[in-house]
Amino acid sequence: MQWGSLAEFVAMGGYGLYVWISFGATALCMGGEVFVVWRRSAAAASRNEL
Amino acid sequence: MSTTGTNWFKYSSPQAFHPLAGRLIPWFAAAALGLSGIGLYMGFFVAPTDATQGDAYRIIFVHVPAAWMSMFLYVIMAVWAGIGLGLNARPSFMMAQAIAPTGALFTFLALLTGSMWGKPTWGAWWVWDARLTSELILLFQYIGIILLRSSIDDLRRADRASAVLALVGVINVPIIYFSVRWWNTLHQGASVSITAAPSMAGTMVTAMLIMTLAFWMYSFAVTLARMRCVIVERERQPSWGKPAAIPDVAEAR
Repeated sequence: MQWGSLAEFVAMGGYGLYVWISFGATALCMGGEVFVVWRRSAAAASRNEL
Repeated sequence: MSTTGTNWFKYSSPQAFHPLAGRLIPWFAAAALGLSGIGLYMGFFVAPTDATQGDAYRIIFVHVPAAWMSMFLYVIMAVWAGIGLGLNARPSFMMAQAIAPTGALFTFLALLTGSMWGKPTWGAWWVWDARLTSELILLFQYIGIILLRSSIDDLRRADRASAVLALVGVINVPIIYFSVRWWNTLHQGASVSITAAPSMAGTMVTAMLIMTLAFWMYSFAVTLARMRCVIVERERQPSWGKPAAIPDVAEAR
C-alpha cells in the first residue's frame, strides 16, 4: 500500500483530477447505460402487459 | 448431433432465448461487480506507482479495457451481422442491434479516458495521431450504424443495411490495432501482447486483465438485457412474461 492518508489517495500524486474524471466518467456512463436499459425493459414489459 | 445432449440451436429462437437471457443476466452482472471490485482494489492499492508516469498511469485500468471492448464488440457485432445476412436470421440481426450502443459507449469512454491520460503525459488533450483518429472513426461508425438502422422504417431492410455497413467497417479494427506499429504515433505501443513479455509490472497487468474481464461480464449482462428489450419490442406477443408455452405463441402468431 503506497498511500499514507486519504488526502494522498485522492491527490493521486498530483494527477487526481485526470484519474478521478476518468474513473468517474466510466462509472457514470456504465451506470447510465444500465439505467437506460432498465427503463427500456420496464417500458417494453408494460406495453406487453406482463 | 447427439439427441441426448442439449440442443443449443433451440436458443437461436427468440422464444427460447428470452428466458435464457433473463436467467443469465444476474450472473453476468454479479461477476462484473465482483471482478471490478477486485480489479479496482488491485489497481489502486496493490499496483505500484509508475516510475515515469506517476499515478496518472492508473487511468490504464479503465482506458485499455474500454478500448479493447470497443474493438471486440465491433467484431462481435459484425459477426452477428454477417450471420444474419448469410442465414437471413432475425435473432442475429437483433444481437447486432443490441451490441451497437454498448460498443459506442466503450469507444466514447476509450477516447475520453485517453484524453484524460494524454493531457498530463503528452501535454495535449487530443492529437491527430493514427491511433486516436482511427478510434474516433470507430465511434462515428457505431453512430452511423445506429442512425442508419433507426432511419429505415422497414425492419428487414434496416437489419440488412446496418449489417452491410457494420461488415464493411470491420476493416478499421485491424487499422486501430496495428496503427501504433504501422505509423509513428504519439500513442504508446501495445502494453500486452501474446508474443512479447508485458512491458509493465505483473500486478499492473493483472489488475488491467481483471478489469477487462469485468468489462466483458458487464457487456454480456447489458447486451443480453438490451437483447430482451429488442425481442419484446420487435416481436409483440402476449406471452413474453409467462413461462414459455408454445401453444400460446403459436396462437398469437
